[in-house]
Amino acid sequence: MKIRVDESKCQGHSRCYIIAPELFEVDDYGYSHSRFGTDIPTDLEEKARLACENCPEFAIEIAD
Amino acid sequence: MTTSKLGPVNNWEDDFDILDGAYLNNPFEIWDHLRNSCPIAHSNRRGSNWLPTTYEDVTKIAHDVATFSSTQVLVIPFIESQSFSYENINPEVLGYGAPPITADPPLHTWTRRLILPWFSHKKVSEYEPLTQAICKKLIDKFSKRTTIDGATEYAQQIPVRVISHILGVPEDMTDIFTTWVRDFLEFADNSLNRFNSIREIVLYLIGVIEERKILLSKGQHLDDMISFLIQEQKNNPEINDAIVLGMSILLLIAGIDTTWSAIGSALWHLGKNPHDLLMLKQQPEIMDTAVEEILRAYSPVTMARVVTKDTEFNGCPMKQGEKVLMNFPAANRDPKVFENPETVDLKRKINRHVAFGSGIHRCGGANLARMELKMAISTFIDNLPNFMVDNDDDVVWAGGQVRGPRKLPLKFIK
Repeated sequence: MKIRVDESKCQGHSRCYIIAPELFEVDDYGYSHSRFGTDIPTDLEEKARLACENCPEFAIEIAD
Repeated sequence: MTTSKLGPVNNWEDDFDILDGAYLNNPFEIWDHLRNSCPIAHSNRRGSNWLPTTYEDVTKIAHDVATFSSTQVLVIPFIESQSFSYENINPEVLGYGAPPITADPPLHTWTRRLILPWFSHKKVSEYEPLTQAICKKLIDKFSKRTTIDGATEYAQQIPVRVISHILGVPEDMTDIFTTWVRDFLEFADNSLNRFNSIREIVLYLIGVIEERKILLSKGQHLDDMISFLIQEQKNNPEINDAIVLGMSILLLIAGIDTTWSAIGSALWHLGKNPHDLLMLKQQPEIMDTAVEEILRAYSPVTMARVVTKDTEFNGCPMKQGEKVLMNFPAANRDPKVFENPETVDLKRKINRHVAFGSGIHRCGGANLARMELKMAISTFIDNLPNFMVDNDDDVVWAGGQVRGPRKLPLKFIK
């Protein structure tokens, strides 16, 4: 699975970080990044989907 | 049921009043009705205002900051009368409003960047022990009794103490702060009290800022947020005294009755739904989804925007100067986005709620609010696990700009 946090959409709600702190990191301003770049470990795919579906800004894109 | 000073509402589509008793007690049915019949209501009460009710409309408006400006965010217009006197306050000191909440870019952008690190996850986790201690101390005061007012004796007391700590102002001011903030936001129909409250806040903070400046000039080390803003003035000449004051006003006002309302709504929900209370006690690991669900179902905050140019939005002719009430609470009950929105499901997996807003004005203090909410709930149920709402008819809800219980009789079952 591939993932991308669209920096132009992310407003720092931190919902992804709360759901999957092992997958996302947030900076001091709340903006989120994937800890693994675009390719994420298989065991985190379910959490990546949840994060994507909970983002209020539709900023997380995933592709299988 | 109370009616507002503007009389009863007979038609919610084109004469709504968010201070009407029906709206305070049960806005959910009104939003459902409007979502099907309108979906953007209009009213000429309190100026010309629009009230969107769908997720799509509310989030679209929130993202179009060029057409919908944040320079007027108060839901009830602030009516200034010549009979009011600013006394010692030079009107220019308020020339920048309370940025970043009352600002559009570019002022919004850089003032927001100044405060966000104060509410990062890392920083907020430092306030956790303090928040827990505040909650425990409040509980110790009433834990031997059989009934309490969960709103005034608990929920109301927590955020004001935490923000006082962050701003470095004494805890014994908390009751006064609460009165000022309620007069300003909640009892907005009383314009004299409202004016006096903002005047008191301004005068108080001007004094605090002056005092900090003197201490800092003497080389004293101060690590509160107001002192931080003062010290940043050296690095950035744009941070003038009016900006420091405006931001301090925002920090004092924004985090008090918003979070308090959410804590009160959480206790009300748990006190009405013993299954949810039991589930949360037995499965504390669901706290994260529970908090997001409470924020979705009982979103406290409705901010406003002002229309900057005549525009047609979803069939509505919005004129320059009119206001749009950012109905995030109604958006969070939109059945197009949330499955069974009227059901409060503390394990809800998919919950794209916008209780903290949407777009560039996403609540800067969201992490702090979440932490306070979690700490307030968990400390309460750890210490007083068996409670219920004593009589729902005695619960008093406030609404308008910030919705939550202002009187919440709870009884403990031994």
